[in-house]
Amino acid sequence: MIAILAFYLFATLTIASAVLVIFARNPVHSVLWLIMAFFNAAGLMLILGAEFIAMLLVIVYVGAVAVLFLFIVMMLNIDFAALRSGFTRNLPFGLMVALVLLAEIIVAVSAWKAGPVTGGAQPAATTQPNIEAVGELLYTRYLFPFEIAGLILLVAMIGAIVLTHRRRADVRGQKVWKQVDRRPEDAIRNMQPTVGEGVKL
Amino acid sequence: MIGLTHYLAVSAILFTLGVLGIFLNRRNIILMLMAIELILLSVNINLVAFSAFLGDLTGQVFAMFVLTVAAAEAAIGLAILVIFFRRRGSIAVDDVNRMRG
Repeated sequence: MIAILAFYLFATLTIASAVLVIFARNPVHSVLWLIMAFFNAAGLMLILGAEFIAMLLVIVYVGAVAVLFLFIVMMLNIDFAALRSGFTRNLPFGLMVALVLLAEIIVAVSAWKAGPVTGGAQPAATTQPNIEAVGELLYTRYLFPFEIAGLILLVAMIGAIVLTHRRRADVRGQKVWKQVDRRPEDAIRNMQPTVGEGVKL
Repeated sequence: MIGLTHYLAVSAILFTLGVLGIFLNRRNIILMLMAIELILLSVNINLVAFSAFLGDLTGQVFAMFVLTVAAAEAAIGLAILVIFFRRRGSIAVDDVNRMRG
């Protein structure tokens, strides 16, 4: 009973948040609704017993991606009112495309007869926690895709840095090579001043 | 009892909302990226639901890979957005024709 209630709660909130992501006037609100949608989707996955993916969703999406979106929205000084000008013009066409797509998905799902899906059948390894099972699979059978995923993240990280990095002319940074390059004979002069001539004015 | 169909329905609605978001906010590329995140989220729900109901953990492993790609795509997309904004002073994407493509 509680599982059914929780499912409907999470599902309704996920969809409602997704609607508000699209229709919110302020992009900051959109990002916050996106975070709400991610949290509720994580709840849905918890009900399914996929604890690892649920936690990953919270950590990666909410902790990294949504915060990145928030940074960008707040950092750039964008006139969002002007960007909404085509909203009502696109509304009929967008709704039509969305409805057609939904109808197609419903037809495809209702025609899906690939095999018997037993409701609520849990994997055989009930004694093993979900995280252990996923980890075992990830480090044995899917080791190569796992490494490639790491490589993709590395490329994305380096790419983002290379794309957004710029050398600014108005910042006086430390020039280490110049400091290291400096020799005592460039900087120091040995003098033997007589009395009264030590200071030149 | 909550069956696989319920999860598939949620996922389908979420996917449709994501596509609708892309069509509605065609000038605002930040909202388009967020709509893409919604689509990938719906794909993840689909994968995890099938994985749970078929008793095969492969779906969850693939959901993790989808998550990885989504994070990489968001990072690169937002980086491109930032340099575009620096150069043009706006992020209106319906007049992006600098490459004459």
